[in-house]
Amino acid sequence: MELVVFGLASAGALAGGIGVIASRPPVRSALSLLLVLGSLAIMYLLLAAQFIAALQVIIYAGAIVVLFLFVIMLLHMRSGEGRVEKLRWQGPVSYVLAGLFLAALLYAIWTGAGPHMAEPAPGFGTAESVGRSLFTKFLLPFEVASIVLLVGIIAAVVVGRPLAPP
Amino acid sequence: MIPVPYYLTISAVLFTVGMAGVLVRRNALVIFMAIELMLNSVNLTFVAFARQLAAIEGQVAVFFVIVIAAVEVVVGLAIIIAIFRARSTVDIDDVDLLRG
Amino acid sequence: MVLLFIILFPLAGWLINGFAGGRLPPRAPGLVGSASVGLSLTAALVAVQQPEVWREGLTASLFTWISAGEFSARASLVLDPLSAVMTLVVTGVGFLIHIYSIGYMAEDPGKSRYFAYLNLFIASMLVLVLAGNLLVMFVGWELVGLCSYLLIGFWFDRERAADAGRKAFIVNRIGDAGFLLGILLLAVTVKSLDFKAIADASSSMAVPVATAITLLLFVGATGKSAQLPLHVWLPDAMEGPTPVSALIHAATMVTAGVYMIGRLHPLFTQAELTLGVVAAVGAATAFFAATVALVEHDLKRVLAYSTISQLGYMFLAMGVAAAPAGMFHLTTHAVFKALLFLAAGSVMHAMHGVIDMRRLGGLARPMRWTALGFVIGAAALAGFPFTAGFFSKDLILERAFAHARGWGSYLLWAAGVATAFITAVYITRAAILTFAPPPSHHDHPPFDSAQGGPSGSRGPHEAPPEMGWPMAALAALSLGGGFLGASAVGAPLLHSLERFFNSAPEPEAGAVPVLALTLVSVSAALAGMLAGLWLYRGRRDASLSALGQFLSHKWYIEDLYNAAIVGPLRRGAQFLASTVELGIIDGAVIGVAGAVRQAGASFRRFQTGYVRNYAAVLLAGTVLLLGYWLTR
Repeated sequence: MELVVFGLASAGALAGGIGVIASRPPVRSALSLLLVLGSLAIMYLLLAAQFIAALQVIIYAGAIVVLFLFVIMLLHMRSGEGRVEKLRWQGPVSYVLAGLFLAALLYAIWTGAGPHMAEPAPGFGTAESVGRSLFTKFLLPFEVASIVLLVGIIAAVVVGRPLAPP
Repeated sequence: MIPVPYYLTISAVLFTVGMAGVLVRRNALVIFMAIELMLNSVNLTFVAFARQLAAIEGQVAVFFVIVIAAVEVVVGLAIIIAIFRARSTVDIDDVDLLRG
Repeated sequence: MVLLFIILFPLAGWLINGFAGGRLPPRAPGLVGSASVGLSLTAALVAVQQPEVWREGLTASLFTWISAGEFSARASLVLDPLSAVMTLVVTGVGFLIHIYSIGYMAEDPGKSRYFAYLNLFIASMLVLVLAGNLLVMFVGWELVGLCSYLLIGFWFDRERAADAGRKAFIVNRIGDAGFLLGILLLAVTVKSLDFKAIADASSSMAVPVATAITLLLFVGATGKSAQLPLHVWLPDAMEGPTPVSALIHAATMVTAGVYMIGRLHPLFTQAELTLGVVAAVGAATAFFAATVALVEHDLKRVLAYSTISQLGYMFLAMGVAAAPAGMFHLTTHAVFKALLFLAAGSVMHAMHGVIDMRRLGGLARPMRWTALGFVIGAAALAGFPFTAGFFSKDLILERAFAHARGWGSYLLWAAGVATAFITAVYITRAAILTFAPPPSHHDHPPFDSAQGGPSGSRGPHEAPPEMGWPMAALAALSLGGGFLGASAVGAPLLHSLERFFNSAPEPEAGAVPVLALTLVSVSAALAGMLAGLWLYRGRRDASLSALGQFLSHKWYIEDLYNAAIVGPLRRGAQFLASTVELGIIDGAVIGVAGAVRQAGASFRRFQTGYVRNYAAVLLAGTVLLLGYWLTR
């Protein structure tokens, strides 16, 4: 049962990933991204990370992808890419490099496989356990993250403001 | 119980796909989505290791990644809109003022 | 303390004139300058009243200047008979010349600068003279060289003056290098540069070491005192204002070499060889310069060569162990040569800068007092009986004869006598050509240029009183100053110097026929004057024979220097400038710049401006690193 769920989720994630980079219209890319995010949320549940799975759905799927869709519609573009590819070697070289990179990663993963799974304590991965950690051990990074959010909001407002009339 | 290397493999493939997207696509929005893809693959790694080691810190790191990713998307999209306003394009090959 | 004041007064004058002179009323710089030197003279006169000056000497130790290991040098001053005489010469003649300068430089816009330099010179010269050790003396030595350079090139907008200043500076550098080496060798040997310590150590010093030291020091003396072969700068130094020539290049600075040898007398006595060299160089220079003075047309250059010649006498005296006689001649020469220069300056002033004797003449009538002063100075220079120069020159020749051992040293005496004869000839010629009325058939009345000059119809005129009085004072000293060394009246100056140098006339001096020697030198002088009067009667300048050509080229010494030293240096500099500088150094610099430019031109292609390219390169690097880690 678990393996089936994992298989479906991985298939969804991989298909979505290919879809993101292979689709011509940006809208389709955004929807493929949504598929990836959902599949990953399922995997998080399998990995006993309920709170993260919830965050994944609420923030990524609910907010970020919607933001992408808003911008796509705002800019009215079809593909957003010019007719001519100016960098003729960029594509082939990229694929070769990416292949090499993937090979290296897989080699590292399958030769350096770690020990077996530890048994997590009951309640592992719940909002309570993550929250306890965030508000005690990681309190300072947590507060800094709030400041980063504030700065990001201000930056977005400033950068996205229409140009002042001359 | 699915072994952790399975998850890591999915993560590696997703990361590579995202990276290829960054390298071959020219639409700034799509590149952004590819970056999100890479961030998510890293998140998957974090969560998988957190499960393997039974350490909650991995999930805390994912929390921070999600926060920063949200900020990054907001600022990045604002920049893209600004570029589009100025040059009526989101093809990043048209944005090459730093050419030597 | 009074010693310090002697130096501080002119230093204050320098500061006032140097920093505020331009804002003072036009007559102020001259008054400040003269007053400061006058105060210095007063301080010097007060100081020499103290009896210990004339016994062991008055010393003032100011502070420890250098202390390193076993060597130490204090900044100290000393006033003993030797420096007292020099101090009085410097401040006394200096004071008179400052007053003279008020009149001479009245029209010059650079007056305050002039007096600032002159005050600085007096202060530096006093440092040199009053120095209690060789290091302090070296400071003064270099400072007077600097002042000399500044004042020779005072009218620096004239190319000849600027060149002359540089020449003086460079030639002096050669001498000073030797001097400095001598000082260093002495410092290493004695571990002290104090004059007393040197005197104490010199009697036990090894003769070769003493010879090396003294020869090096003598190189410095030849530079500063314009002796062969470093005499070439002094005639050119006449480009400076005439009072400067009188003060620096006749009376004081150029005698520094003689003074230095006098100061280090015990050391030089230890080195027999050096004394011989000093005497030979002095005699040769005296003779050489006198012959050149015979054919010079420029009145000031005649006097310059005369100065070189007279300095040669002083070195001759130093070399034959007659330091008191040398210092005595230094004193009298300072007075009568300053007088001659001031008279020449007065002529120049009246003739609006004309100094070529071929264009002068007949000035005795309009400038009666100047002519009288010049004649008195000329008589003293020639050694006319009972003038100042007579006593001192006669004494030197007498001592040279008394000291002579073997034919070589009699040759020194003979050269001195011959020089005395030539001296009388050339100074008589100068006097006649300048002041005697021109022959009636003279086509170009020499006043033409003056009368048509920019200052209107004023012909030659007598100098203003501030120029006249100093000449009068110097003339009186030229006439009477010699008696300070005349044995008939007790010779007060000479005897105190002899006590200081601890050299009473040598015992066998009695064997020397003093009267006969005096007769010889006097007759040489008189014969020279008569010969001059006869040769240049009717203002006719002797035509230039082959010998005259030779002399007017100054024995071709400068041509030799130009060919042997200046020319190769110039060509070497040209080679360095054109080939090495342009080819190698510039080539290297331009090459490096070009290489950087080329590299930049190639590297800029990496900077495509395409973000995706950068990302691809980033990935390539990552792959490489990964590969390295995994295969390690």
